[in-house]
Amino acid sequence: MATSIHQKELERIRQHGAQTYPHECCGILLGKAEDWNKTILDILPMNNARKDSPQNRYMILPEDLIASDREARKRGLDVIGFYHSHPDHPAQPSEFDREHAWPWFAYIIVAVGKGVPRDLTAWLLSADRAQFVPEELQVTENGN
Amino acid sequence: MGVKVIIPTPLRQYADKNASVVVEGKTVDEVMQNLTALHGELKRHLYGEDGKLRRFVNIYRNEEDIRYLEKENTPVKDNDVLNIVPSIAGGNIHFGNEAVLPGIPGRK
Ligand SMILES: [Zn+2]
Repeated sequence: MATSIHQKELERIRQHGAQTYPHECCGILLGKAEDWNKTILDILPMNNARKDSPQNRYMILPEDLIASDREARKRGLDVIGFYHSHPDHPAQPSEFDREHAWPWFAYIIVAVGKGVPRDLTAWLLSADRAQFVPEELQVTENGN
Repeated sequence: MGVKVIIPTPLRQYADKNASVVVEGKTVDEVMQNLTALHGELKRHLYGEDGKLRRFVNIYRNEEDIRYLEKENTPVKDNDVLNIVPSIAGGNIHFGNEAVLPGIPGRK
């Protein structure tokens, strides 16, 4: 199982993280999936709904997810995962991330140190929910 | 006859790959109990260890969030549609059981 993403979309995730620093950014990964193999074809930057604590929390509201899901399906795509940033923290999922995670979705985390995007990692929740497992991220250079 | 439950993509693997499952029940709770009895592996992703629906699991009855109806006691009838929709949340620091107290800001 692996997730592939185009270099351009990866760059958009990094830029989103830099833009919202020192707050967390978050967004939706759209693409196609065949069982556990996912291809990210677009990203939808979202507003962080956690106005109370945006520097170390993010939330995407269910109504925003429903709308994005509809939009994705019109374009023949699916919601296949999510991304968020860790301002001034490593690109490792936290316990809080794990508790709130869903299986199957790809979770991308970008570390943003002092406003500059740094490491970017991808993760999958294990079937027993006990841990996040690193997901291989294949970065492609050319479109389609 | 029964209530159609839309299964979100990440959970379809635990429902024989079905996008929706039709189950009986007179309330949301009955339907969900019957659903998880039928597909046992769904349970740990929908319910916490306390036996309550997880906070980031949202259920809509015909497009209405059951939180604004009668929550899990919301009545359902044949041909109603229940949609299970995830809230997506996380963050960078573990902070006790803040998960149940959404109003409390996290520590820096
Ligand atoms: Zn996080």
